Amino acid sequence: MQATDPEPFEPAETADNGSPRWILWLVVLLVLGVLAAATLTRGGTGAGEPASGYTNAFGGPFSLTAPDGSTVTEKTLAGKPYAIFFGFTRCPDVCPTSLARMARLRKQLGPDGMKFSIVFVSVDPGHDKPADLGNYVALFGTPIIGLTGTDAQLEQIKKGYGVYSAKVPQPGGDYTIDHTAAIYLMTAKGAFAGTIDTQESDATALEKLKRLIG
Amino acid sequence: MMSISPKALALGAVVTLMASAAAAHGYRSGVLSIQHPWSRETAVGQAVGGGFLTIANSGTRDDRLLSGTSPVAAEVQLHTMTMDGGVMRMRQVTDGIAVPAKGSVELKSGGYHLMFMGLRRQLRQGERIPVTLRFQRAGNVTVQFAVQPVGSTGPMEGGHASH
Repeated sequence: MQATDPEPFEPAETADNGSPRWILWLVVLLVLGVLAAATLTRGGTGAGEPASGYTNAFGGPFSLTAPDGSTVTEKTLAGKPYAIFFGFTRCPDVCPTSLARMARLRKQLGPDGMKFSIVFVSVDPGHDKPADLGNYVALFGTPIIGLTGTDAQLEQIKKGYGVYSAKVPQPGGDYTIDHTAAIYLMTAKGAFAGTIDTQESDATALEKLKRLIG
Repeated sequence: MMSISPKALALGAVVTLMASAAAAHGYRSGVLSIQHPWSRETAVGQAVGGGFLTIANSGTRDDRLLSGTSPVAAEVQLHTMTMDGGVMRMRQVTDGIAVPAKGSVELKSGGYHLMFMGLRRQLRQGERIPVTLRFQRAGNVTVQFAVQPVGSTGPMEGGHASH
């Protein structure tokens, strides 16, 4: 046995394995960068700026399946701004938290809340069938478009949105999925308008949504 | 905190339900106390759910949460979740979760958690599900997880959501 120092009560924060602080700052810098790019593009004079080229290329065409079996493409969503993000129903935390948050923010917008669509794309077609996804998004008490597709279809939309996801084998033979957790805001014409990060406040996110639908 | 009754405990000890008021629920087994175990409601057919709780150890020796079982799931696993440059990564923890002496560990939104794998039925808001936790020193401790609204990010005793 080692000599035991009289140790003060150790707060749980140091006991859990949260990300080091520099990762947080990296995320903050990344988000600021994306926001700066989006702001430049919105305020910019348009043609000839590299930033607008990037914006136009973001997102792009995709084709996925809705819970009722129908096909949803970028054209189906056009005409209304949308918030789109990626996850899977076995995701313990980030996905239900983000879905519940979008439902809550929509409610806070009052009647304007229905001026944008909420789109959740499952990147786990192995576990999430379209009908399962429909049952899952129905838990959140507001219309949410739950989409998934074949591996090839998902690769296309992930590439378009710069989303990273990867299957990671687990000890028991099953797998889990690492995935980008950001929420992407898209205009009614399908152009990139910014992101909502898991770390930022509801107040900031609400302002972004107001700008998106305004 | 309330004072600890120095109850001698064998393995698989007696668990005392601490909550007297409906405002909170917690359990004590020897030097361990387990506060606010909770889970999220699930959709029909959803195969997996998460579980969260705080474990405090008032003893002078470290303990370790090794595994769990529950009648509602084929398997209860320990997992950790991290955000890494905007990417969510979840991993199974196979060597247990330390419960430090004179300290505590939180299994909470955004960190360590339990995963109920192969759910045998839907978890409904308002119910409580039994889960037996297995500790290296304290042995088996059975607690009830409160099933909360899907949008919960922490324990919400009393059964109402923040909306």
